[in-house]
Amino acid sequence: MKINISKVSKLANIILTDEEKTTFEQQLSEILNYIEKLNELDTKDILPTSQVTDLENVIREDKTKPSLEQENVLSNTKSKHNGFFKTKAVLSELL
Amino acid sequence: MNLNSLTLKEAKKGLLSKDFSSVELTKACLGQIEKYDKEINSYITVCNEEALKQAELSDSKIKDGDDSPLLGIPIAVKDLYSTKGIRTTAASKVLENYIPQYDATAIAKIKNAGAVILGKANCDAWAHGSSGENSDFGPTKNPWNKNCVPGGSSSGSAASLASDMCIASTGTDTGGSIRLPASFCNIVGLKPTYGRVSRYGIVAMASSLDSIGHFTRTVEDNAMFLNVTAGKDVFDATTPYIAVPDYAKGIKNGIENLKIGVPKEYINSGMDPVLSDLFQNVLTEFESLGANIINVSLPHTEYAIACYYIIQPAEVSSNLARYDGIRYGNDRSYFGKEAKRRIILGTYTLSAGYYDAYYKKAMQVRTLIKKDFEDAFKNIDAIVAPVSPTLPWKLGEKVNDPLKMYLSDIFTVTANLAGIPGLSVPAGLVDGLPVGIQILGPQFSEEMLYRVGYAFEQKTKHYKEKPKL
Repeated sequence: MKINISKVSKLANIILTDEEKTTFEQQLSEILNYIEKLNELDTKDILPTSQVTDLENVIREDKTKPSLEQENVLSNTKSKHNGFFKTKAVLSELL
Repeated sequence: MNLNSLTLKEAKKGLLSKDFSSVELTKACLGQIEKYDKEINSYITVCNEEALKQAELSDSKIKDGDDSPLLGIPIAVKDLYSTKGIRTTAASKVLENYIPQYDATAIAKIKNAGAVILGKANCDAWAHGSSGENSDFGPTKNPWNKNCVPGGSSSGSAASLASDMCIASTGTDTGGSIRLPASFCNIVGLKPTYGRVSRYGIVAMASSLDSIGHFTRTVEDNAMFLNVTAGKDVFDATTPYIAVPDYAKGIKNGIENLKIGVPKEYINSGMDPVLSDLFQNVLTEFESLGANIINVSLPHTEYAIACYYIIQPAEVSSNLARYDGIRYGNDRSYFGKEAKRRIILGTYTLSAGYYDAYYKKAMQVRTLIKKDFEDAFKNIDAIVAPVSPTLPWKLGEKVNDPLKMYLSDIFTVTANLAGIPGLSVPAGLVDGLPVGIQILGPQFSEEMLYRVGYAFEQKTKHYKEKPKL
């Protein structure tokens, strides 16, 4: 099994050097080959486990509580403007 | 005896009877850090000033008759736990300047119980690793042999306690990250049942597996610590409303006639022969304590690592997606090699067209692994098994072979997949290096684990062996 590293790194928003691409490709295909082992098992009617302690629909009262103050929330950012996080534009005007 | 090498119980007794002060105890730990941590590298951040201030406050509270469970006790905190006002890096350069604005629930509880936080312990970045070598702040050394790894990912927490630089320390265990370093450093480490201790405010690795535990010198200390951290937290929906007993209460009940299971798959698995011999002696000790040793089978054990290395990286890729460098931290180019490797692997197995073949398949196998344990526990009270198939390995030995590194967790990942608790207890030395055993039980059976662990510990006293720094 081989991963299309360039495609997957784009999906993950991770930039890899050419050298990393080569080593990861080799290492990850080795790991994926190992993982193939699971196909020895027939799991046709087995329910998947995503939560181990059988909790279901954990709810709480829909009540607001004080949260962190704006100033504290912004205290770790390198880029803010008028009390907001400042980011690069995500959407651009369609021409 | 130096103050910094006391057990939690001894330290607490000494503080309450005013044999020494928290300031003296804290200074003894800070002095030990100053003296030896340049070499061991178990801390990323040491909080000299804050710790001494907290110690002074503790001393005045002790004078006023306060006897909170951890009052004046100096502890080290894995640098994955958010600590308000204290830098929290997850041992990654992505968070090298991050200062949390709130405490993790476990930290709030520990502080509330009066603990003195000495500093933030080194670990594999994002808790990704079995050796401590993936830290962006340099590897931690094993205090027993500085050419060897201390085990990971909670490497600094274990090494710091084993080097007498704290009285207890916190860790996280997603696939063995508490039990392995406890075993490699000759200390006691608990991976609690999933959900027993709140994950809120602790940097998430794989959310369906992450367990929040701690290291102590003795089993009784460990139970005292869990009394503080366990319980329901409204900020973590996976913590159930299950009562928190006094975990230290029943530990001296002995283990006569208890049924202790030994899984054959853990014994016939290419374990280092010296460790097999040691493990046979461990079973003899249990028999001499009156326990009945029963052979059990966990037939899906051989699939555990494959299952874990789908589920865990998938959840890692999702949890690490939040690090965008906008709200806090540096951008994604700061991730180290291992984080990148796991993000890529997880993104791939979750990507369109592969989800069923990988993630769903792994969740089904997880059901089988969980059922193996449920079936086994119908006939036995607890399981005793080795923690690691090998002794602590040399620094650098596995860094270029990720699959080999991943396979180090072969005996530990199963407990995380099944959500059950595991207690690692010292079992002796081989070639001057520590070896641990783990005691596993059904979900929420920590009391039983402590009872079994205590009986073994008091019979063998391996915890009294200390490294020469």
